[in-house]
Amino acid sequence: MAERSFAKEVQKLRQGDGEVFTGEGILGITKALLENGVGYVGGYQGSPISHLMDVLADAQEILGELGVHFEASANEATATAMLAASVHYPIRGAVTYKSVVGTNVASDALSNLASGGVTGGALIIVGEDFGEGSSIMQERTYAFAMKSQVWMLDPRPNLPCITKAVGDGFELSEVSNTPVMLQVGIRSCHVHGHFTAKDNKRPSMTVSDALENPRRDLNRIVLPPATYLHEQEKLTKRLPAAQNFIVEREINERFGRKDAKVGLILQGGAYNTVIRALNRLGLADLYGDTEVDMMVLNCIYPLVDEQLMDFCEGKDAVLVIEEGHPNYIEQQIATMLYKRGKTVKLEGKGVLPMGGEYTGQVMVDSLGAFFAQYAPSMLPVAKTATNEEPVAIPDLSKTLPGRPPGFCTGCPERPIFAATKLVEEELGEHHISSDIGCHLFSIMPPFDLGATTMGYGLGPASAAAFHNENKKGRRSISFVGDGGFWHNGLTSSVGNAVFNKSDNVIVIVDNFYSSATGGQDILSSRAVNKTKQTQNSIVEACKGMGVKWVRQVDRTYDVTKMRDTLKEALTTDAEGPKVIVASSECMLNKQRRVKPEMAKAAKEGKRVVRPRFGVDEDVCTGDHACMRLSGCPSLSVKDTGDPLRDDPVAAIDQTCVGCGNCGEVADAAVLCPSFYQAEIVSNPTEGEKRRAARASKIISWLQSRRDAKRVAFA
Amino acid sequence: MNMQAKPIIARRSPGPDGEKVITLAALAVGGQGGGVLTNWIVDVAEANGYNAQSTSVAGVAQRTGATIYYVEMCRDTGRQPVFALSPAVGDVDILMASELMEGGRAIMRGFVTPGRTTLIASTHRIPAVSEKIAPGDGRANGPEVIAAMDIAADHVIAFDMETVAKQAGSVISSSLLGALAGSGALPFSRESYEEVIRKSGRGVEASLRAFGEAYEIAKGNKPAPVFEEAPAKPVPVLNVPEKLKAKWATLESRLTALPLEVQEMAGLGLKKVVDYQDVDYGSEYLDKLDEIVALDKAPYEMSVSAAKYIARALCYDDILRVADIKTRASRFERVKGEVVVKDDQVLMLTEYFHPRFEEFTTTLPKGLGTWVQGKKGFEAWYTKRFDKGRRIRTDSLRGFLMLWIVSSLRPMRRKLLRHQSEMAHVAAWFATVKEVARTDPALASEILANYRLIKGYSDTHARGLSKFARVMGALDMLKGRTDAADWMRRLRTAALEDEKGKALDGALATVKSFAG
Repeated sequence: MAERSFAKEVQKLRQGDGEVFTGEGILGITKALLENGVGYVGGYQGSPISHLMDVLADAQEILGELGVHFEASANEATATAMLAASVHYPIRGAVTYKSVVGTNVASDALSNLASGGVTGGALIIVGEDFGEGSSIMQERTYAFAMKSQVWMLDPRPNLPCITKAVGDGFELSEVSNTPVMLQVGIRSCHVHGHFTAKDNKRPSMTVSDALENPRRDLNRIVLPPATYLHEQEKLTKRLPAAQNFIVEREINERFGRKDAKVGLILQGGAYNTVIRALNRLGLADLYGDTEVDMMVLNCIYPLVDEQLMDFCEGKDAVLVIEEGHPNYIEQQIATMLYKRGKTVKLEGKGVLPMGGEYTGQVMVDSLGAFFAQYAPSMLPVAKTATNEEPVAIPDLSKTLPGRPPGFCTGCPERPIFAATKLVEEELGEHHISSDIGCHLFSIMPPFDLGATTMGYGLGPASAAAFHNENKKGRRSISFVGDGGFWHNGLTSSVGNAVFNKSDNVIVIVDNFYSSATGGQDILSSRAVNKTKQTQNSIVEACKGMGVKWVRQVDRTYDVTKMRDTLKEALTTDAEGPKVIVASSECMLNKQRRVKPEMAKAAKEGKRVVRPRFGVDEDVCTGDHACMRLSGCPSLSVKDTGDPLRDDPVAAIDQTCVGCGNCGEVADAAVLCPSFYQAEIVSNPTEGEKRRAARASKIISWLQSRRDAKRVAFA
Repeated sequence: MNMQAKPIIARRSPGPDGEKVITLAALAVGGQGGGVLTNWIVDVAEANGYNAQSTSVAGVAQRTGATIYYVEMCRDTGRQPVFALSPAVGDVDILMASELMEGGRAIMRGFVTPGRTTLIASTHRIPAVSEKIAPGDGRANGPEVIAAMDIAADHVIAFDMETVAKQAGSVISSSLLGALAGSGALPFSRESYEEVIRKSGRGVEASLRAFGEAYEIAKGNKPAPVFEEAPAKPVPVLNVPEKLKAKWATLESRLTALPLEVQEMAGLGLKKVVDYQDVDYGSEYLDKLDEIVALDKAPYEMSVSAAKYIARALCYDDILRVADIKTRASRFERVKGEVVVKDDQVLMLTEYFHPRFEEFTTTLPKGLGTWVQGKKGFEAWYTKRFDKGRRIRTDSLRGFLMLWIVSSLRPMRRKLLRHQSEMAHVAAWFATVKEVARTDPALASEILANYRLIKGYSDTHARGLSKFARVMGALDMLKGRTDAADWMRRLRTAALEDEKGKALDGALATVKSFAG
């Protein structure tokens, strides 16, 4: 069950010729795959392409009708290896994952796939997560394309162009027997737009057909001596074929006046930002009509030398606009120009910043500088010599609190880290290795736990070097999520720790889903999934791997138990890795599942209990120790309005889901008795009502009796 | 790098027929429904014959953090404009912020431009984690951000849209949309907005109410409502039984004998102290206060401080107090309101207690308590058997009675070990206050206020005591200096900044450096 239901979007996948498709970029790509006769689709979820996976998962029916096989791959290497189906068979296949991290995982399979080459079109859709709001390290996928000799498309960021690139990609792949990467930026994936749909197409050969008629060509298998052949073929056959296709099909676009003395060479993805900057500089109108000569590279690898040299001919200067470092495109163009003895001035990084996102202001400043230097006559004076007086705006940087992402209200991972903090208070600080996933938010306040994150499923692996000679000494603690565990943690982290007789502690954060990517099911999900085999035990998997010391905590909110289990793991004499599987359902997913069920039951007159927490503000002293062990969005501070008090007290708002962390933490850390748990019973039983009424009567009597004997607030 | 020192202020050029792109950015806190808002805006634009495009930054993984949504729109001329995918510095026409600090963040990021940007911001606060974890009041300075809004924006519409939405039974996206419509920043009719809300299908009536209310406020047809940070508490009514009326009247008359400046705070303090223990305790409170007043003169700042903090010191937090509060009738009513219990529903109420050996022994009479504290064997036995969390159901008779019995120990409180130690601590502090008050009333005021540092239960309480001791330890270094009061205040502020007292260490080191 994914975070969003795509029932509505799935119907859009049925649209036919001439209908206008409206939606996000990533949904447009999904539709385009079906229009281009794709035979199978795989991939691993992750922003910004999760929605593509989720839509296809919800679209099993349509896929079945078309004879398209879809599966959610175990990881990106699996996904890429899946494209092997296009090696010998003329079947179009597509896989999708987050780049650059997914590409890293995929690179083994990618090299093998690229070497042998493909018969059917093989498309790798990489959702690029670069710039503001990115959750990963900033690197370019381009290097993978260059070293493996696979081609890379980077279409202009609007739906018609992106969806056209899907068809172009398949054809390019087929004519050049080479897999093709289609790079789409995070904002292109989430851009809302329209394009004109076409009918969906059944694949000319399905994967079932292929199984019934197996084929094998020794020359396509990656094994010497074929590999030497592949290297030659890549350069003498596949590359020229690709370059021909790019020119003939006009994959790259030229805009503006061809006789202009200066020109811009840019990757397709940057087109909109460049046009906006030109517009703001008075050099383009809002439709992109411009006097500036522009070469828009919708295919950024390979480059076509003749095309670019032709563009540079007769120009004084050209500016290469490519985001990220190193400046691969600029370097290639520089080599082309130098070898041909050209004198045109080549600008790129330098005028533009070396690294970082090319935002609107960066582009305006850089293009302004470029034109001021090489074509000052083109630039309207008003744009550079503004007489707008700058207004001094107060500096709020010291006032504004940072707002990094954190655990959701009721998150079951919060108590795991509260427990870790409590253990550290007792046993001292430990080296903690973190992993990719929601649990990585432990790095942030209020927990401030975790020293490194080395890659998905690699949390425990990144603690591998920490072998303590002193058996009684400190151990490292490492975290890995259930998603990372199945992605590759089982072998890379757990198996490795068993094999190497690690004494360290491994905590597997099991929340029943791949939560950070939107709540997709994984092997250990507890839900029944019609197309997947779920409910596979993490504990059994660990035991199967050879772990002797495994503890399952089945309710992470039990902070006391969580703390004691961690303490035992850190102090036990048992040898080998100590594995704790901490399991509770992702609250976001749970609420989405349970809320409608509860509302329905209450409506039907069934007894329903809704829990939530509260704070007795007269008992709370405003120290906020509870918040230093929580960070829950629903637990906040408020003023009491009492002049006798200085500090705001704790308060829990209506969004509380009653997970219990507040009370459990107050108990485990012996904080204070201000928390109470209220359980509101709808449709109580008759006996329950009677008991409540009787208790209430006696309690009221006791209260009024006491009040009669003292001066107190009523 | 060949960058210009001053960024170019470049405005967008219009199309051939004068049509213009309108840019709108919305800054929100993850989970606030920014997606719903942007979808509405796009739908309104398209319904009005505009081309529109929206993008969002940050994937599904970014929970509860700050996020940005971005919309561009332009009159549909039959040609597709080239829309940008993200807001640019100095190039945003309309900036919507769904929380006060996010509005501030928009300003700092350059998305609010003088002479150009209409800023629509909700002024309510969602404190960030860093603001919540300070042991004192770590909340950011809101008025500073509001002042900056007026300078940075061309036009500001700022009011508490969260509460407007809540009162209409809706969520903030509705009131934000209403404020946008009311601002007139977009050339669309009110009806076209409402039509989009109607078509969205869920919670339509409540959304329309919130929309309408915010619309009128933004238009200036209605004043922005003033919401108290904490809903104004009904002034607590003191219930005085017949038998005690005479005694209480004596105390009240003593109050009126105090200087006028002190009376209000002393009245509050007196009520708190009497409510905490009994009328005689109130008399003790006034005795102490009188001593300070005698050393003070107009404007009686030291006495006001004394009225406040002596009350606080006398009303220390012990098990009796907690049990008393948790078993009051007024408390039951308050909880019912807070968690929203309807008449046909039943409320189950569970309290979380964790009484350790310390709490047990200090609730014994002094002699017995001290004796038991010396018995290590007994402590080990207690810890093993009883030192664990207790869940007490106060809606049940059994649970209620347990707390009721503890609370009814109140008349004996003066004999308990805890009271003895608390009063010894208060006495020492009070003696210091009086001594300093003779020469430096300002410093004495600060020493009184230092009692703010003592709070919490168990370890938190111990940490508070230790911080108090460390701050008070600087007194000898400060005495006699003209800036002594100021430094005492700074030390206390530092002590409230972080849990471990790092800021206090720094402040103390500074004091040592100049006090030699």
